[in-house]
Amino acid sequence: MKKNRAATDDPPLLRILLCGIAFVFIGLFLVLPLLVVFSEALAAGLGPVWAAVTDSDTLAAIRLSLLAAAIAVPLNTVFGIAASWAIVKFDFPGKAFLVTLIDLPFSVSPVVAGLIYVLVFGRQGWFGSWLTDHDIHILFALPGIVLATIFVTFPFVARELIPLMSDQGREEEEAALSLGASGFATFWRVTLPNIKWGLLYGILLCNARALGEFGAVSVVSGHIRGQTNTMPLHVELLYNNYDYVGAFSVAALLALLALLTLALKSFLEWRYADELAAVHRH
Amino acid sequence: MSLIIDSLSKRFGNFAALNGASLTAPQGAFVALLGPSGSGKTTLLRILGGLEGADHGTVRFADMNWLDMPARERKAGFVFQHYALFRHMNVARNIAFGLEVRPRAQRPAKADIKRRVHELLAMMQLDGLGDRYPSQLSGGQRQRVALARALAIEPRMLLLDEPFGALDAKVRKELRIWLRHIHDKAGVTTVFVTHDQEEAFAVADLVAVMNQGRIEQMGTPQDVRRDPRTKFVSEFLAV
Repeated sequence: MKKNRAATDDPPLLRILLCGIAFVFIGLFLVLPLLVVFSEALAAGLGPVWAAVTDSDTLAAIRLSLLAAAIAVPLNTVFGIAASWAIVKFDFPGKAFLVTLIDLPFSVSPVVAGLIYVLVFGRQGWFGSWLTDHDIHILFALPGIVLATIFVTFPFVARELIPLMSDQGREEEEAALSLGASGFATFWRVTLPNIKWGLLYGILLCNARALGEFGAVSVVSGHIRGQTNTMPLHVELLYNNYDYVGAFSVAALLALLALLTLALKSFLEWRYADELAAVHRH
Repeated sequence: MSLIIDSLSKRFGNFAALNGASLTAPQGAFVALLGPSGSGKTTLLRILGGLEGADHGTVRFADMNWLDMPARERKAGFVFQHYALFRHMNVARNIAFGLEVRPRAQRPAKADIKRRVHELLAMMQLDGLGDRYPSQLSGGQRQRVALARALAIEPRMLLLDEPFGALDAKVRKELRIWLRHIHDKAGVTTVFVTHDQEEAFAVADLVAVMNQGRIEQMGTPQDVRRDPRTKFVSEFLAV
């Protein structure tokens, strides 16, 4: 007797084919390169890796990347919360435009983003001569790198929060208001606890991108070794100097950070899904 | 000492939600705002609660210029159709919220807040549910928590926006009898929005029938039912 297949099942051959394509694709384009990074770094054993990572220029690059992220991420967190709050809780003219603007950094090439800052703050730019007169360095210095990073990582927190907050609506805030809570107390006791997991998730993605950004930062940094090179820029510099072990060691460090982010993200998704499910069980 | 609403108007874009609504009710009255959807009853309630501003008109209540007071100083306990409980707080903390957010000088001591929460839980027949989260309660229980939360602040006015709209008929009936009981005990002025005339007539001292942003007729349930003064009221009540 022929075995009956459930009406909703796809033919087995199709299933195997689809799974196969997915696995081959992921293996070829994601797993293999990642393995190459680690194997190239470790080609000559752990010693050279350690030497490359503790090189003073590399340490300077790590410090700069962490510093830029440490400034850009909190600023974008505050901005993201403020923008989502304004968009979800109030009606005002130009709201749709603001939502579109928030997405702009996703659609603009990072190189263009970097160039914008060169045009504004560069020697020939709008504020160029004024900045030179007052001895303020923005391009080829930390401020430029931070500005470029902020631009590129701008949407992450807001994009995470807007759908979450519009899903939750305004009623809890209205209830808090009618019970006598101030705006601050309402935010602190009602809004923030309701969005905390989504917020953390957005911050994590924002941070990952801030550490990994290459294009926009490359345009404004000036590539001064040991001074304005971030980690991704330092990888390129080492690679161009035929220091493969060094380049892949720093790249492996970046890859490890990415894997850590991924692990944290999965953990949050698991936590957050739980919480969201509880919240939605109305 | 009464509630006097005088020619309130409110537009949302091109839509006139309220169009000169006026009514007067003695303090401590239970007023039902009855009307079809879009007649302005929820807008009127939200203006009383300070969740919406009026374009024109005044409200006096207990000799205060009610609309000039910020919402959070009005002590108007608002009960929403979909409860609007704080989802990340348990029942006890939901009820205590209005007391805990008071400025330090007016805030009751921790023990007093705890006792008040216990009283309210008992009064609402919610004993033992203080540690539960809103998502773990039935609809009727949630609405009782919402009511307890509104009563905790000792409101001057109790505002209910279709509070039983999302509940089944049996629970609705139980809750409205019981709401009337709470109202009498607490001695507040209550404004209750509903589109269900049976509910309005069963529970209120005064029924205000609304249509197109105005009060068409206001009176005791018997008067309104016996003597509908406009075509709209008689048609609305005949349905």
